[in-house]
Amino acid sequence: MSLTRKTAVAGVFEHPTRFAPDKSLFQIMAESVRGALDDAGLTIKDVNGLCTTGIGMSGMGIVGFCDYLNLTPNFVDSTSIGGSSFVAHTAHAAAAIHAGLCDVCVVVYGSTAASSRFAIGTGGERGGAGDPCDQYEIPFGPTTVGAYAMIAQRHMHDYGTTAEQLAEIAVTTRLHASMNPAAKYRDPITVEDVLASRIISSPLHLLDCCIISDGGGALVITSAQRARDLKKKPVYILGAGETVRHAARGQRDFLEIAAAQSGRLAFERAGVAHKDIDMAMIYDSFTITVLATLENLGFCKRGEGGAFVSGGRLRFDGEFPINTDGGGLSSNHPGMRGIFLVIEAAKQLRGECGPRQVKDCKIALVHGTGGALGTRHSGATLILSNQ
Amino acid sequence: MAEQTQAKKYSKPLPHLDEENRPWWEALQRHELYIQKCAECGDVRYYPRALCTNCMSSQVQWIKCSGRGKVYTFTTTYQNQAPGFRESIPYIMAYVELEEGVKMLTNLVDCQPEQAKIGMPVEVVYEDVTPAVTLAKFRPAR
Repeated sequence: MSLTRKTAVAGVFEHPTRFAPDKSLFQIMAESVRGALDDAGLTIKDVNGLCTTGIGMSGMGIVGFCDYLNLTPNFVDSTSIGGSSFVAHTAHAAAAIHAGLCDVCVVVYGSTAASSRFAIGTGGERGGAGDPCDQYEIPFGPTTVGAYAMIAQRHMHDYGTTAEQLAEIAVTTRLHASMNPAAKYRDPITVEDVLASRIISSPLHLLDCCIISDGGGALVITSAQRARDLKKKPVYILGAGETVRHAARGQRDFLEIAAAQSGRLAFERAGVAHKDIDMAMIYDSFTITVLATLENLGFCKRGEGGAFVSGGRLRFDGEFPINTDGGGLSSNHPGMRGIFLVIEAAKQLRGECGPRQVKDCKIALVHGTGGALGTRHSGATLILSNQ
Repeated sequence: MAEQTQAKKYSKPLPHLDEENRPWWEALQRHELYIQKCAECGDVRYYPRALCTNCMSSQVQWIKCSGRGKVYTFTTTYQNQAPGFRESIPYIMAYVELEEGVKMLTNLVDCQPEQAKIGMPVEVVYEDVTPAVTLAKFRPAR
């Protein structure tokens, strides 16, 4: 049963805040829901599906948020696989709508990481330190950045990938942020600036790492038929894929990541080819995340990522534009930024991106990574189109 | 004296021992490193667990490791706010590929950051951090 063009993203909203000590988490989320519904031309009374995660420690924060909004939806999904969760939620919402479980589903995210001074990547304790697998890692000082750094180190060793090539990803992303009024860091940087920034976990520098901000966002998903009658041009969901990778009982090839499988599934299900993709939103927790993801999605061969990201190819006006909002590296990263990938892709497909608009953008790919590539992580891929 | 005791207190996170993993941690206390092999299908695995991920058999064989391996990848950490580690930076975290064919996360010790290399031969050293917990770390092979 193909889901292609059966459902659409009908409304999107990225909360403009990057630092909100004056707002509660639920307030940021609810303002995001209101924004996305306004964008779609719907009201809260139309919503009968809800997806979210990342609230509190109980694992059932979605019920608390329904309480806050006085919602009693027919469909809820709180899949929690890290930053990619909201990309997976979008696919789950599409499947639920197609199966008749709900009609209008909101995917929402919010976080006050910056104003609550949460050291996302270098706090030393990744989530779930009580799981059996964590016992063999926590004594050795794992950090999120460290787990990604080990992927970068191995990639450099095997393929001669350079710090300059990784830096180019950060430089391009900052260029895009300079054209996004809401981005947290907008002053252009150079490759030299990245290399001169301090090493956080070798070989990754400070400017190879995502920023920490507050933020929130929401999406409205509904049937393609209904979306065509709404305020904005529908952004159709063509295909999706998701999976996880981990240590594989100690026998993993660490440069093969979840994107290889989730990407293959999304392309097969969407019925499109790599050459059809006009722009991509690639989760950029770190520069190496982007390089490894592009290789694993099949946009270049394994080992060729360094050359692929060079020469301005990834710029909004380049051969293969990515992360035109300024990404997690420069615009916003409240901890799990998957939702912003879908929002920017939808805006590009609607032609709403002003100076950073990708020309003739018809098909976009979104890939979210959750967790850490060097240990356990998830990948969720979506392919979207305005046609 | 009180100050000295305070300084010696081990503040890094400790693993939670349970009945599934206790034999592995007890072997480390004896300064022995083991991995598991399925007694039915022969698949080797790390970390230790009660059943084989290949055939789901509960028949476990414990294989004593040589303690030798090579660095698969590593990172030198310069920023970690967690207690115990913020006092230890820079430290080297690595995946070591054991001769027996599995990769384990560990620390490289007795090794300067500029000395660490992928492919470098390493050997296990046992660090008794509390009366109940010994950690397997690795140093450049001598």
